Amino acid sequence: MRTLNKLAQGAVATALGLAFSVSALAADITGAGATFPYAIYTKWAEAYQKATGNKVNYQAIGSSGGVKQIRAKTVDFGGSDAPVKEADLDATGLVQVPTVMGGVTLVMNVPGIESGKLKLDGSTAADIFRGAITKWNDPAIARLNPGVTLPNLAITVSHRSDGSGTTYAFTHYLAKQSIAFKREVGAGNTGNWPRNAVGGKGNAGVATNVQKIRGSIGYVDIADALSNNMNFIALKNRAGNYIVPTQQSVADAASGADFNVKGMAPDLLDQLHKNAWPITSATYMLAYEKGSDAAKQKGVVDFFTWSLNNGQKMAADLGFVALPPNIAKMVEAEMKKIK
Amino acid sequence: MSDSSVSAGIDQHARQVRKFRLQDRLFHHSTQLFAFVVLATLVGILVSLTIEAWPSLKEFGPSFLWTNVWSVPDDEYGALAAIYGTVVTSVLALLIAVPISFGIALFLTENCPVWLRRPLGTAIELLAGIPSIVYGIWGLFIFAPLFADYIQPPLQALLGDVPVIGGWFSGPPIGVGILTASIVLAMMVIPFIASVMRDVFETVPHVLKESAYGMGCTTWEVMRNIVLPYTRVGVIGGIMLGLGRALGETMAVTFVIGNANRINNSLFAPGTSIASTLANEFGEADPGLHIASLFALGLVLFIITFVVLAISRWLISRSMGSEGL
Repeated sequence: MRTLNKLAQGAVATALGLAFSVSALAADITGAGATFPYAIYTKWAEAYQKATGNKVNYQAIGSSGGVKQIRAKTVDFGGSDAPVKEADLDATGLVQVPTVMGGVTLVMNVPGIESGKLKLDGSTAADIFRGAITKWNDPAIARLNPGVTLPNLAITVSHRSDGSGTTYAFTHYLAKQSIAFKREVGAGNTGNWPRNAVGGKGNAGVATNVQKIRGSIGYVDIADALSNNMNFIALKNRAGNYIVPTQQSVADAASGADFNVKGMAPDLLDQLHKNAWPITSATYMLAYEKGSDAAKQKGVVDFFTWSLNNGQKMAADLGFVALPPNIAKMVEAEMKKIK
Repeated sequence: MSDSSVSAGIDQHARQVRKFRLQDRLFHHSTQLFAFVVLATLVGILVSLTIEAWPSLKEFGPSFLWTNVWSVPDDEYGALAAIYGTVVTSVLALLIAVPISFGIALFLTENCPVWLRRPLGTAIELLAGIPSIVYGIWGLFIFAPLFADYIQPPLQALLGDVPVIGGWFSGPPIGVGILTASIVLAMMVIPFIASVMRDVFETVPHVLKESAYGMGCTTWEVMRNIVLPYTRVGVIGGIMLGLGRALGETMAVTFVIGNANRINNSLFAPGTSIASTLANEFGEADPGLHIASLFALGLVLFIITFVVLAISRWLISRSMGSEGL
């Protein structure tokens, strides 16, 4: 294990070294990690380069890969959807801040039911995704949907087959709603899905499965749901309102959370705000508090500070949700620690 | 001619020979080195796979091979579902692909009008060159929905009530699954098997075939009694080439197999294969047992491929032996 890692790190380091020796600018920085923010990081990087001339290179290698690479110091910043625990931050000397948010939406393909017209609450959704409810006309679904004609159709659960931050947020939400779900499927990057489940690779894979399989239900991030024009399910939030996911309802969920904690990773799931979308999550950036190369450290801070101030619209256009202004200010203050 | 000039001539000759011998030796050793690089790479891969897989092998022991659990949240891993999916899809793919490839090769070598041979042959070779991800995308977006609408329901209506066989076609017709993966795999290996079969069928001496035809044999009898026995080794080789490709195919299978880490009696149900599990889970695998178990899966695939190769060698050498070659 260790030998191969070392080899891989060596290869990455050599490749980076070559890249840097070609482009002489000292402030060029490299990050790696979660795939979820890849689209927005590259968009920000492109605009940032136009504005300042500095290059930012982000490689979508997965959250756990991002944490691994920043720990090995082969990159200047790491990206992760799953926040690193406080104790680990203390032990490693890493600073962690949220950069952008997203929502995980429930989508369906049920003939005769339009987008937003089907209502579910957390515990019913959990029962569907653990395979306890297998028909669309199940009494538990009918009870929440008076006046909606539900077909006698088998439910096919569509989930991510690759480990992902989307699954991480989704399963943690359902695990909060149902002990049975937590016991059977579990909460993590992947789950033990029920017999009637089909796995798709990436958000695009799940979106395709849901669109192609009649009677399917799935979860994808809000950007993919919007761009694929998918049928949303309205989900009951903690305040008791049925919410159809929008960027505003994701931002509202964040506005009620307390970010003033080490690692800046409060639980954004199932927030109390009346308009809060229940399955809201943020993605995080990791950098060393005391780095070896001051110019690169400053490059990381400059890039994310610039993006927080200039990148809100770019985020919204891509289906992400920018941090609310008061939280963005807190992130900027926290990033001052990175030196 | 004086003695000295003769000995000088011999000396020169000897020098020349020594030089040639040195060159020969250099050439011999450098090609030997190249060949050993392959061997070293093979051993290196095997060793590094084993080292990386060691935590998992130590934790689960040989029961890793026959445990039907793959649970990341519980950190428990067994390879049975992935091995089952790999073997079943590959075998089914061969069951579909071998007869079709045989038909293609037979048509191309025996029945095909000469002007059509070249375009058909080229088409087959082109099919072999399509990247597997294209087959995957096509399988997921085009084939799976058609399969779900027009093929799965009639199959269920036809065979659903037959005992045993009916179970293979039970469950909701969702398009993706073990059978879809097998069919897409079959399409991917047909060009390989068909082109090898065509090439070996063409090596049969015309004298043999013509004399059989002259005795009044039908095309099928010539095929059965002359061509197949003559080309058996090559045909087995072609089939094994296809099997090797099917076993290791990753992207296309990942798209259409449904990616469920479980064994289901129904061929319509989603499953998983070793290669697709690796493609799905490596990116975000947790360090520790998860990663180690993925490496162990890789090791299992390596061994399966090795066994398949060994069996094909044995089949070939046996049939060669029986012909006294």
